[in-house]
Order: sequence, then structure tokens, then C-alpha cells
Amino acid sequence: MDFRFTPEQEALRKEIEEFCKEEAKRAPPWWGYRVAPQEESEEGWAYHRSVVEKVAQKGWLCLPWPKEYGGQGHGPVEQLIFQEVTAYYRVPAVPILFMQVAAAFLYHGTEEQKKEWLPRMARAEIWWAECLSEPDAGSDLASLKTTAVPDGDDYVINGQKIWTSGAHHADHVFILARTDPDPAKRHRGLSFFVNKIGPGIQFRPLLYMNRSHIYNETFLDNFRVPKRNLIGGLNQGWYVMMAGRNFARANIMFPVQGKRNLEEFIEFCREARIDGEVLINKPPVRQKLAEFVISYEASLKFAYYVAWLQSQGKDVAAEAAACGWFASELNHQMANFAVETMGLYGTLKGTKWAPLFGKFQDLCQWGCGLSLAGGTTEIRKNVIALQGLGLPRS
Amino acid sequence: MDLGFTEEQEMLRKAAREFLAEKFPKTLVRKMEDDPLGFHPEVWKQMAELGWLGLIIPEEYGGSGSRFMDLFVLLEEMGRACLVAPFFSTAMCTLFLLDVASTEQRQRLLPQIAKGKLILSLALTEPSGSYEAKGISTRAHPEGNSYLINGIKLFVHDAQVANYLICVTRTDEFCPPERGITNFLVDAKSPGITITPLPTIADDKQTEITFENVKVPAENMLGKLNEGWPPIARLVERAAIAKCAEMIGGADWTLENTIAYAKTRIQYGRPIGSFQVLQHYLADVWTEVNHVKRLVYYAAFLLDQGLPCSKEVAMAKAMMNDVYQRCTHFGVRIHGGIGTTRDHDMGLYYRRAKQAAVLFGSSEFWREKLASELGF
Repeated sequence: MDFRFTPEQEALRKEIEEFCKEEAKRAPPWWGYRVAPQEESEEGWAYHRSVVEKVAQKGWLCLPWPKEYGGQGHGPVEQLIFQEVTAYYRVPAVPILFMQVAAAFLYHGTEEQKKEWLPRMARAEIWWAECLSEPDAGSDLASLKTTAVPDGDDYVINGQKIWTSGAHHADHVFILARTDPDPAKRHRGLSFFVNKIGPGIQFRPLLYMNRSHIYNETFLDNFRVPKRNLIGGLNQGWYVMMAGRNFARANIMFPVQGKRNLEEFIEFCREARIDGEVLINKPPVRQKLAEFVISYEASLKFAYYVAWLQSQGKDVAAEAAACGWFASELNHQMANFAVETMGLYGTLKGTKWAPLFGKFQDLCQWGCGLSLAGGTTEIRKNVIALQGLGLPRS
Repeated sequence: MDLGFTEEQEMLRKAAREFLAEKFPKTLVRKMEDDPLGFHPEVWKQMAELGWLGLIIPEEYGGSGSRFMDLFVLLEEMGRACLVAPFFSTAMCTLFLLDVASTEQRQRLLPQIAKGKLILSLALTEPSGSYEAKGISTRAHPEGNSYLINGIKLFVHDAQVANYLICVTRTDEFCPPERGITNFLVDAKSPGITITPLPTIADDKQTEITFENVKVPAENMLGKLNEGWPPIARLVERAAIAKCAEMIGGADWTLENTIAYAKTRIQYGRPIGSFQVLQHYLADVWTEVNHVKRLVYYAAFLLDQGLPCSKEVAMAKAMMNDVYQRCTHFGVRIHGGIGTTRDHDMGLYYRRAKQAAVLFGSSEFWREKLASELGF
């Protein structure tokens, strides 16, 4: 057993760290205190976009892509190093949606599609919004009802999508729609499309409980998509989408973000007095802080383990599910603990009295969303039970 | 990065699993739990012949010169088998001797240990219940060319079968507690020693030892006068991770057997493992066990490499204590009524989890240590 990184990996980490330290200096002053700062304001979006463009210039946007498409063929461990460092410094890096679409093209695109889309993506010229979930198709995504019907050189798409994060800043969408109304199995009649945002698609803000504009509802009303923008063949959409999910399975962003937040909270506890006593001197607070430090370390180490397994060619569906739910629930628990520990101060926001600019009251709201995104905790546990432990279906 | 075990370690694991399954079945585990000595001379002899007692002893002293990580693999299998034997005690004392013993002491003791002829027991803890230097009040007074030891040691494993005790004593009371500790090799049959069994939840052969003017020759001092605490602190760290190895072995057994049971136990006309409530319990435990393994293996790797790892040890043992207890609790729960019986193996692990959680540092102890290490 050897936990050490290779000299090349250490050098990569160092290079990314130096980049991140510089870019972090340009961030708006409130950047680190918001949970989805790029979505919430134009200033945040401008910073986000400008950093991602620099990341693209470095060639880092497509680190794991094969070399013939401009990537560096990096493995899962290198991807994780990149994610870890950028997340720690809160520097925008490779958006998750970007990875997902790239995987769809790489694994299922035709040569022509790869040549048309991948170079532009590598240059950060395309910003994606995701149209997968629907009001009546959440965890049970295969029950979606949006239809795509062929008409001349196009498919005409009609239906409603929801949880379209970041659509208000995007210029392109990817859509999963039903192309066979009566397939033998529900997930077989779906197709995966990409297209530029244009007439026939409309977004309406769906505010998060803390008023942040992150999600949108999407209305597709005779939205026309050229046939050449169907990825992976007719009725193959489910598999195209799953390729994206498989691409970068180990999620290290949640535990890294949480670890950084915890470090800030520990600093706060060193100074802050509540009811006359410095928080860090209270034994229950010390114990709980240490417990969170431990859980985050386990979560980080486990993420690298998943990446390592993947680099050995192992199927990591169950491990990735474990990695995801553990870290998202941990972030939520930590935020809740911070708010409670700060007592009456914990719930304040937007006032000079709000500790850490009210970040943790925001995070404890955001935590609810984190444990849903990309698969709820319950769905992830089902994946572990069925695929990892081989338990019988309920 | 290579997060797997080596081929040699996998071979050792396989051999150990087969040996223990054959020679130390659960019927023998229960018998040894009831046995006041908790010692099976025939199996012990065979373990020595397999080279287990000399595993970490250098070749020049009759061992095979293997590493901490190899011992770790062996301990995982012993935890899985619920082995009752003075192996852990002897192995920890061996680690201590390898750290501090003089050449003469090594020559005298290590070959005998490797042959299975000597059993050792670590007489560290006292009625204070502490793993800190301040918890040590057993005194050693110089008298001529000897020392006289007086005091009580408590929670000492396997003293009832030990040839020697490694006794942690206070030799200077007028200095910070860490600076006045000296360790001695004490013949367990010395006049003035009284050993009384201390029954526990895990039937793991703990004892109370009273020392009344026990005379120990000065040449039996292990390490230097008043400098005995740092090596003991190092040993506590290694023992904590070694204990984690046993706990991982037990957690793996629990998961495998509980999952297998959930697949075959039929209620309401279908396997109980098809019920989502139980699926999620199992997914929780599986997730936690797999997370804590990463911390434990990392600490074991650092110990194996001789790198500093106080924080990592603290994290690993603190989380392992909690996870192993939850794991065995759900193990019993999913087994239902049968899991609560003396006849069923699940209870063996449940009881061991409770015991292991307080040996070589409770979760609270290690979390506080971690907090101090992190400067808060």
C-alpha cells in the first residue's frame, strides 16, 4: 500500500495551486461566503466565466480527454487533484455539466459531432444548461414525458423541464426527450439532444428557499433541434446520459468545500464568545469539531480511493454512490452544527452582526439541495444495496 | 498511489484465514471465552511454527523481518476469527522491545518470542483508567542494584499466562508526568505479584495486577531511566491502529454475514434484504466501514513507513470505534432474535466492538487529542 502521489502528480498539484492562488485574488469579496456565487449575480457570473476561460487556455478544461481531441489523457486521480485544489481555493474550474456533455460526445458522438463540438467546448465557448428532470420525473427520470418528434431535418421538442440550473447564463442546452412513446422498457425510448438556446425554449426562475436564483423551470414549445444534434443514435439517450455520470465518479468537491468551510468555522470558534465563553474551549464543541475534521478526512481519502479503483478499471457504481451521499450529508450536518453552535447569531444574514456574513445559515438551507442533486441520498443508497451488496429488488 | 495490499500480504491473509477457520472455529472461541487462561497451547505452537510470532522480529533474531503492514493484515484476520489468545499482547510488547530494548535484551528475548516460548503482557493502565502519563502512579524505587515496584495495574490483558510483563512505572514524581516514567521487564512469577482476573463484556482476559515490593534487577530496565513515556506513547499509537486492524476484520465479517443473512432470511414471503429500510441500514454501514478503512489504512501506512502520524492515528481510532459499534449493532438488529443469542456468532462481534472501542483510546480521548494536535 502506498498513498503517495507520483512526482508528476505532485507537480500538477503545485501548478494548479499556483494558478488558483492568483485567480482567487481576483474574486469578488463576497465570493467565498456564497454557496453558488456564479449563479446569483452578474458580477459572480463574470468572474466565473473569466476564470473558466483561463482554465481553458491552460488546457485544463479537458484534462481527461483523449489527446486527439485536445485533452491530456489524464486519469481519474489527476482529475481529482484538479478538482480538489480548485474547490479548496474556491476557484471556478470545470463545470459538472461540461464534464457530462463532454463524456456524451466522447463516448457516443460521431466523429463529425466530436469535431464540431469538442474544440469549442475546450475553448470555453459553450455554456450548458441541463434539461433532464421534469416536474413528474425526478428520481424516476425514465418516466419523463417531453417528446421529440421528427419533422424534416429537425426534431421538434415539446414539454416541460425543471431544476435547470444556471440556464439564465447558458447559451446551449442538452435535453433528454422521449422519441418512442411505447418502448419495451421505458428507458429505451429516450434520446439525447444538444442545441443552441433559441426560439421555442423559455426559462422561468425558480428561486431557492433562500431567494437565490440557481434553478429554472424550462418550457419547450416546438423547440426545433437539427437532426445532426442527436447524440448516440435514436432511442439511445439513456446510455448517453449514463456515460456522463460514469465519467468522473469520485466527487471530491463536496468534501473539499466542506473542509474549507469547517476550517473557517474553527477559526471563528477560536475567537468568538457566546454567553461569555470562547466557543473552542467548550468540550462539546471541541469534540464535535474534531469529529467533523475526521469525517471530512475520511471523505477525502475515500474519494481518492474511488478514483484509484476507477484507474484500475474497476466498476465503482456503489463506491461513487457512497462517496456522494456521505459527503453531501456531511456538509449539511456541519452547516446545521455551525448554525446551532453560534446560537442566536447563527441565523443572522445581511447584517454586520451576522458571523461569517451569514454563510452557514445559507449552507444549512443549501444542504437540502446538495443531498438531492445528481441523485438523492436514498437513490444512492439503493444503488449501493442493489449494485454493491447484491441485495434483491424491493 | 497503490491502495491495495501486496501479493505477499494477500497470501498471508489467505493462509491466516484458512488456518484460523480450521484451527480456531467459533466453538473454540466460545470455549476460550469460558476458559480462565484463554490460551490454547497447541494452536499457539502452530501459530509460532507458521512464523506469526516472529513476523515482525528481524531475521537475525529468528523472525522473518516483516513490516507493520504485514502484522496489520494478520490482525485483521484474527479480528475476523475472534481469536482468543495472547497474540495481540505479545505482538505489542514485541513492537515495544524492537523500539527500546538493548542488544543484550533483544538477544535474550526476541528469539524466544519468535519460537512461541515467551508470552508478554503490557502492564500500562491503572485504576486511573488513563492512557496518559499522568495516569501512571505505580512506583519503582531504586534499591541497590534493583528496583522495587509498588502499585496496581488494571485492565491488563493476558497477564494470567504471561512469562513477562512490561511494566510502566513512575520513577520521578517531581517533574512533569511525561518525564518521570521508566519501563521494566518483570518476571510475571516474581514474588509480590498478585494477578486477579477481571471479567469483561468481551471475555478478553483482562486482569488486575498488584505489585507489592516486587524486586526487579536494574538490567531489566527497558530504555532509559525517566525517559520511558515517549516510547509508550508511540506504542499506544501503534496499538490503537493494530486494534483497528482487528476491528476492520470484525466489521468485514459482520457485513458479509449480515448481507448474506438478509438475502436468505424469508419473511412476508420474500428475503428481508429486499426491504428498503434494511437495504439502507446496510448501505449506511457499508459506506461507513469503507470510509473508515481509508483512515485506518492511511495511518497504518504512515506507521509502516515510520512517518509522523499522531493526527492520523487519532482520526482513525476515533472513527473506527464509532463505526464498528454501529456496524455490529445493525448486524445484530438485522439478524433479529437469533442475533441476540449466545449460540449465534453475531453477539461475539457485538461484544468485541464495545470492548475494542475503549482499548487504546476511546473516541472522546482521540478527538480531544486531535483537537490539541490541530491547535484548538
